[in-house]
Amino acid sequence: MSGPLLDIRGLTIGIPNRAGPPLEIVRDLSFDIMPGEVFGLVGESGSGKSASALALMGLNRRPLTTLRGQALYGGQDLLAMPRRSMRKLRGNRISMIFQEPMTALNPLARIGRQIAEMFVLHRGLSWSEARPRAVEALAAVQVPNPEDRARAYPHQLSGGLRQRVMIAMAMACRPDLLIADEPTTALDVTVQAEVLRLIRELCEREGTAVLLISHDLGVIAQMCQRVGVMANGRLLELRDARALFTDPRHPYTRGLLAALPRLGSRATEGRHRLADLDMTIDRNAPDFAATHLIPRGEPA
Amino acid sequence: MHIPFRLNLTLGLALVSLVILGAVFAPLLTSHDPILDADLMNSEMPPSWDHWFGTDSQGRDVFSRVLHGARVSLTIGIVAQAINSTIGIALGLSAGYWGGWWDDVVNGLTNLMLAIPSLVFALAIMAVLGPGVMSLLIALGLTNWSWSCRITRSAVMSLKSQGYVQAARTLGYGDIRIMLTQLLPNIVGPVLVMATLGIGEAVLAEAALSFLGLGIRPPAPSWGNMLTDAREAIRSVPWATIFPGLAVFITVLGFNLLGDGVRDWLDPRMQVRA
Amino acid sequence: MSAAPDPAGAPILKVEDLHVRFPVSGGLLGRKRTLHAVSGVDLSVQPGQCLSLVGESGCGKSTTALAIMGLQPPSSGAITVEGRPVYGPGAPDRRARARLAQIVFQDPFSTLNPRETVGRALSQPLMLHGVRSRAERAERVATALRQVGLLPEHAARYPHEFSGGQRQRIGIARALILGPRLIVLDEPVSALDVSIRAQIINLLMDLQQNLGLSYLMISHDLGVVEHVSDRVAVMFAGQIVEEGGWREVFTAPAHPYTRRLIETIPNPARLTGGASEILPPAPEPPSGSIFWPPVDRRPDISQPPEPSALVSIGEDHRARVRPV
Repeated sequence: MSGPLLDIRGLTIGIPNRAGPPLEIVRDLSFDIMPGEVFGLVGESGSGKSASALALMGLNRRPLTTLRGQALYGGQDLLAMPRRSMRKLRGNRISMIFQEPMTALNPLARIGRQIAEMFVLHRGLSWSEARPRAVEALAAVQVPNPEDRARAYPHQLSGGLRQRVMIAMAMACRPDLLIADEPTTALDVTVQAEVLRLIRELCEREGTAVLLISHDLGVIAQMCQRVGVMANGRLLELRDARALFTDPRHPYTRGLLAALPRLGSRATEGRHRLADLDMTIDRNAPDFAATHLIPRGEPA
Repeated sequence: MHIPFRLNLTLGLALVSLVILGAVFAPLLTSHDPILDADLMNSEMPPSWDHWFGTDSQGRDVFSRVLHGARVSLTIGIVAQAINSTIGIALGLSAGYWGGWWDDVVNGLTNLMLAIPSLVFALAIMAVLGPGVMSLLIALGLTNWSWSCRITRSAVMSLKSQGYVQAARTLGYGDIRIMLTQLLPNIVGPVLVMATLGIGEAVLAEAALSFLGLGIRPPAPSWGNMLTDAREAIRSVPWATIFPGLAVFITVLGFNLLGDGVRDWLDPRMQVRA
Repeated sequence: MSAAPDPAGAPILKVEDLHVRFPVSGGLLGRKRTLHAVSGVDLSVQPGQCLSLVGESGCGKSTTALAIMGLQPPSSGAITVEGRPVYGPGAPDRRARARLAQIVFQDPFSTLNPRETVGRALSQPLMLHGVRSRAERAERVATALRQVGLLPEHAARYPHEFSGGQRQRIGIARALILGPRLIVLDEPVSALDVSIRAQIINLLMDLQQNLGLSYLMISHDLGVVEHVSDRVAVMFAGQIVEEGGWREVFTAPAHPYTRRLIETIPNPARLTGGASEILPPAPEPPSGSIFWPPVDRRPDISQPPEPSALVSIGEDHRARVRPV
């Protein structure tokens, strides 16, 4: 395979408005994800990064609607796909993990069963065949005592373990793409480090590409090969990660990096006022020139 | 769910206003006195132009008695539920906020109240106090606060760890002030819903107690004793039972719809806050 | 604000041997257990300084903050603010305590009463503390709002009309309104976007300088902690495992837990070759001892901690060790 795994062109998401033009939340988003790559989307709340991910999975809730654009996966457009075919892909070829695993797990079912269900659903295995596979999957995400843990209910696990269970479910069918939406935001830093390492190792082993969505520049820097910076529904800068962090081009990206109190910076720079990033991009601007930066628009 | 026109709220409001207006303007709506206009010559007359709901076995105008009965039933329903809500909120607020042994006591009391059917409890109180409006208010006002108390308590338990409640403590607010200014305004929604539903229950309980001869003493009209009086002649004089029965039905339905409607109406705001 | 610790000056906050234990019932038939949430914490904050208490969830840092604010009675130990005990005989009442120390909470959405205007939330405490004149209250509310970068006319609004960052500013204004000298900041920026976070950090640093405030900041964000603190205490399983001036702790972290925290924080500086890319080699613990507790397993806080001590490992730098 040499082409991109997923090619997103002109994705526009918004709320249709009977009286006039729709209110656009994400506008003209274009990027591609290569097989096996870790691609990052970074942005602040309201930048549209999560809505974009959900749109790819066909999971946005009304009134949010995909207005335009294509997401080509193996010659098919995910955005124009019938629901039935989408359901076959979801959790099988493209899977997703969320910030708060507790809301994505069924509180009343043992986790072993929930993982096994993936094999039953997508691989046509019987429950008795699927069960040992679920235990294997738990072992693969380095859950200690997988046999015992498979019998546990979600609330009996710590946040870190729950996220591992989510990863086990998401990776059960060895998907081509894992969409991870703020997967470690709710976790402590040391647990976060373990979960991030796990995601990277597993995906590397299985050849799974990752679309990592985060507000945390540190997480993005640590995980991703290429990064897209989003603000106010627009993709401002799409770069190789190292290039982005060493030489950010867009003033918004520069502002974002300057606003971050980075560990180790005080020793060299002293205690200084952090740069106020009191701006965002004009959503309707034709291009992303610095002249189109506007105040961030807090209620006055 | 997003329903621009809230059917249950509108219908509930309409029914409740109908009953309240009828009660308030009873003397203007009918020229017949509910008690004194007993006219045995005209007893057991079917509904007519002069007697819209007919007359009962003593020749009294059923329409007039239903309207005047509404005054008794509504007063008892609203006042009894006000007492219930006050007790429930006070106990629920203090138990939820203070916790500890006081919470255990209140919890035990609540469970006790829930274990005894409130009508049976009210019946016992009425038997001791004897019939009358005051005894009814006491009996019904003291026996149906457990749900208000439970709902208040659980809402308070989840609210008291919120930053603004903690902040109020660090700013030197006293406990009572915190309960009244920080907690109470934020639990008004569910409590209001409970109160509205409770009014319907109290109206029903009043009718039941009066029906059993323990509530309002005849000849004063109440929906409950109207039903008692007319029950023997239910086949020959059906209007004497149908109309007070319908009044109870409409009132309870109205308050229930209103309670549901208030809950739906408050819901979006609750979701925004969560 | 970066005043050197003045050993002669009386600390504004002093916490001595603080223990907080919670009884927990172990299920239906389980025996009663005790959680040792805070086990022997000593802290002191000098006037005008910022001390940061760092650790992960469940390490006891928030419990410590609540105990200091009088919201969590300790099992044992002493806390004094400006020389006055927070608990026990001779402790000032809730109202007097309120003028000594205030707290800013993490969540900007639950920190304000949704049914109260901002003006009311700020003026009610004044009324409670004897400011009878309506004009004076309005003036002080306006001043507090201006101090945090808002406008006096914002007083008429309800919390839901504000953004998260603005709400956090209102929370700070509320903490300032009674004029305390010590402010406890409980994860003040961790729920905010990066850009808003920078603004709030700047605001907190400005206020500290202009009003001469002392801060005790609770945080898990080492970037923020390094940026604003004078001193740092690292908490793990209810105990302080390392403590010292910010420079000592961040440039020469000694305790394995501190080192692990610094190592695991995802940091863009790693990609760009920033200062913290490589930690200096770990110092040796004093001879005959090992750093304690070990970090390779999660300590069981249902047991009292094994005896250990904070010992000096350099100038203005201490770490927890246990003899071998």
